[in-house]
Amino acid sequence: MKLTVWTYEGPPHVGAMRVATGMRDLHYVLHAPQGDTYADLLFTMIERRDHRPPVTYTTFQARDLGADTANLFKTAAQEAYDRFKPQAIIVGASCTAELIQDDPGGMAETMGLPVPTIPLELPSYQRKENFGADETFFQIVKTLAKPMERTKQISANLIGPTALGFRHRDDIQEVTTLLSDMGISVNVVAPMTSSPQDIAQMGAAHFNVLMYPETAESAARWMERELDQPYTKTVPIGVGATRDFIAEVAAISGNEAYLDTSRLRLPWYSKSVDSTYLTGKRVFLFGDGTHVLAAARIAQDEMGFEVVGLGCYNREMARPVRAKAKEMGLTATITDDYLEVERVIEQLQPEMILGTQMERHIGKRLGIPCAVISAPVHVQDFPARYSPQMGIEGANVIFDTWVHPLVMGLEEHLLHMFREDFEFHDAAGPSHHGGHAPKPEDTGGPAPQPAASPRGLSGEMKDGSVIWLADAENELKKIPFFVRGKARRNTETFAAERGVAEISVDTLYEAKAHYAR
Amino acid sequence: MTELPRLPATGGCRNTPILKQRGQREVFCGLTGIIWLHRKMQDAFFLVVGSRTCAHLLQSAAGVMIFAEPRFGTAILEETDLAGLADAQDELDKVVDELLARRPDIKQLFLVGSCPSEVIKLDLAKAAERMTQRHAPSVRVLNFSGSGIETTFTQGEDACLASMVPVLPKTDDRQLLLVGALPDVVEEQAIGLLEAMGIGPIKVLPAPRAGEDLGIGENTVYALTQPFLGDTHDALTRRGARHLPAPFPFGEEGTTQWLAAIATEFGVAPDLFEQVTAAPRARARKAIAQAAEALNGKTIFFFPDSQLEIPLARFLTRECGMDAIEVGAPFIHKGLVGPDLDLLTEGPTISEGQDVDLQLDRAKAAKPDLTVCGLGLANPLEAEGLATKWAIELVFTPVHFYEQAGDLAGLFSRPIRRADLLKLNPVSSDGKYDGGVGAGPHAGQQ
Repeated sequence: MKLTVWTYEGPPHVGAMRVATGMRDLHYVLHAPQGDTYADLLFTMIERRDHRPPVTYTTFQARDLGADTANLFKTAAQEAYDRFKPQAIIVGASCTAELIQDDPGGMAETMGLPVPTIPLELPSYQRKENFGADETFFQIVKTLAKPMERTKQISANLIGPTALGFRHRDDIQEVTTLLSDMGISVNVVAPMTSSPQDIAQMGAAHFNVLMYPETAESAARWMERELDQPYTKTVPIGVGATRDFIAEVAAISGNEAYLDTSRLRLPWYSKSVDSTYLTGKRVFLFGDGTHVLAAARIAQDEMGFEVVGLGCYNREMARPVRAKAKEMGLTATITDDYLEVERVIEQLQPEMILGTQMERHIGKRLGIPCAVISAPVHVQDFPARYSPQMGIEGANVIFDTWVHPLVMGLEEHLLHMFREDFEFHDAAGPSHHGGHAPKPEDTGGPAPQPAASPRGLSGEMKDGSVIWLADAENELKKIPFFVRGKARRNTETFAAERGVAEISVDTLYEAKAHYAR
Repeated sequence: MTELPRLPATGGCRNTPILKQRGQREVFCGLTGIIWLHRKMQDAFFLVVGSRTCAHLLQSAAGVMIFAEPRFGTAILEETDLAGLADAQDELDKVVDELLARRPDIKQLFLVGSCPSEVIKLDLAKAAERMTQRHAPSVRVLNFSGSGIETTFTQGEDACLASMVPVLPKTDDRQLLLVGALPDVVEEQAIGLLEAMGIGPIKVLPAPRAGEDLGIGENTVYALTQPFLGDTHDALTRRGARHLPAPFPFGEEGTTQWLAAIATEFGVAPDLFEQVTAAPRARARKAIAQAAEALNGKTIFFFPDSQLEIPLARFLTRECGMDAIEVGAPFIHKGLVGPDLDLLTEGPTISEGQDVDLQLDRAKAAKPDLTVCGLGLANPLEAEGLATKWAIELVFTPVHFYEQAGDLAGLFSRPIRRADLLKLNPVSSDGKYDGGVGAGPHAGQQ
């Protein structure tokens, strides 16, 4: 039993729903109690889908248990087929139905429905949403895709995009353009946009572009083995990764590498003098493994940030994320415990968080700017505008998105110079964010001061072995909010390393000189 | 007391045959109630004993995530817990010990049963009893079920309040108890009106804090503020308290009738009642009239959701001039909504439970001007050209009593006004709506 407040991933059947909802003409018959229908709103509200997810829930009740839940399942499956006439059906159980062991897969098989019926085994008490999506897509591909003659023109399948994915809609378009510029056509995009009949045509492609390993790696491996289709290992998020991706595609396809950089603005924006203030900004990265790995490279090589910590919530990606952290001289935070992530951020005091919607809440609480780089995301992260993460435009979007939460370069200096101005003061926050002032810090910062209200579960405090003298505390308050956390942390580290128990104004400035860069 | 309500000339809906269909239901489970209960009871913690799905539901239903740490959480069952029940009890003790050690501010802990905990028959009553002894007197531990195999949406609040009734101390004091978790501002308005009539003492269930001196006994009379409190009603009756049946306090008429039932019980003089209610009644009528302009003559279709459907249909048809086509409720307790059914003019289909696909067929055929439904159905229906009102807002917004009557009407008129306001049709060149995620060349299932 594990105490959980917020979760990064839903249960595995929600992953299966992301696959089914992204597809066309596929139906999911889910053995589940009525409450599980809440999952529809993830798609209709958060993603603003204009259709109900193609899911029929059996919605059994207590009185059905011990009576005939199996028959309820069969009726639901038959009615779903009659009403929706899908090309294929996937069947499975949610956490509760798993316990009553009705075997939906076996039952569906005996019904003799005239379309392929694909049983899903998604262990609800062991695995989570990404596994559910990956396994579901794998089972669908394994059942429907067959070796076949290749297309005349070199072509690729784009695999991994699902409903409720972070910018999947726009990444598809961007990757399609990258390939098209190299004379490669797209055979099938799956699961998003494809029907079961399209899946059956996947074998015609020459190779697969694995866009999101979280949701399609099992299928990619299977197709490599059974359909003799290699797949790309580079996820083209960021300028360097996009170039590497192009090189990888060239090697696989034999077509000449080509990248149209006429619309690429990130490198110049990053070089232009206004961006000098980005130098060495201390950032913390958290999200799914794929997006965090990509963000680590961009942060370090393309933005000039200092990555002070990184991690992911999906254990499946722990190995590459740990390796990346080690390469950067850091220890990765691999956890799906939101409170632990919050503790790490509180300790590291980064100047910016690149995370999920959950880290946005942490950032708001601690007064640290945050940009979203990964699912889980909320309704505002499904923008109306074209807003990919991948490819050329993805790099431009990332530059804008990451810079936006920060105080602008010259503004930083003005805040330093006129820190007592009653209107133009640091507590007002970045001037281009009306009404989004960071948390006021009367106590001089979130840590190591005890939080104003008892925060219980996450209330672990640093031990107060270093004391701030009143003068030093006042001096600290004169430092603008966006560097105050760093100054506090650096000074404490400096003091602790030298065995200084009390921090004076001198200690503060000695530390400042020590860390100057 | 005051003028009697105009009863429908053709008869009310109390004896209308109820359409009951059995199929997929598109509703929340009772766990959802925790979202508002944990804000109402400030020293309570709700610990769901369930699965990752339960945790995910609470997070998704909360919609806007709460920045502070919420006073609810989920003890997620794992493989090892499913193997043997003795283990699960020990594990639960550990989780609760850990929780209470870190949250000394918690005075009431609710162990909330879920679908998986019900199916494996994890005895939470036993656990609650054991923990109450262990953590007495600082913490009281209670249990109730919010499982989707037993409860629908607002029934979670009912189960929670019902679990509190048996442990209330006995009192022989003459008192009025208001039952139902209301926003503070609304609760204070109700108490203010009743006190102005000289009625008292007035107690509320749930109280904001555990320590409040709430007792119950044969001299207690109670008024329900929500129509979904059937089990709580039964539990209170078992303790000897007496129910004051009335239409529910939505809209000017409902509020007046609800207050009148209490005033009659406490022998309030008619002119005092008139004096206290005249001004707010006039304000409510005025506010409703403004919002009702957009609603007058429009048709409405209710999908089952919160059990508020029947009282709301009564309000919208009688005070806002709407015509109800179908009034669906997840569960109809005639002992509670009977007075509202009496006032609802015969005509609409009254349905209980649902087969969502068949009900959608009916709604699409009827083309109502406004459809009240859950979040899973709202955007898909909007995309088909039906204006919708998401039902969940009705339990998250202050809508009871006089001062909120205009806001309540406004919740329904806004979607209709918005539909009139937007000059977007046809949305795409071929006249068919093609917005949403389907827009663009790489549409998903549309």
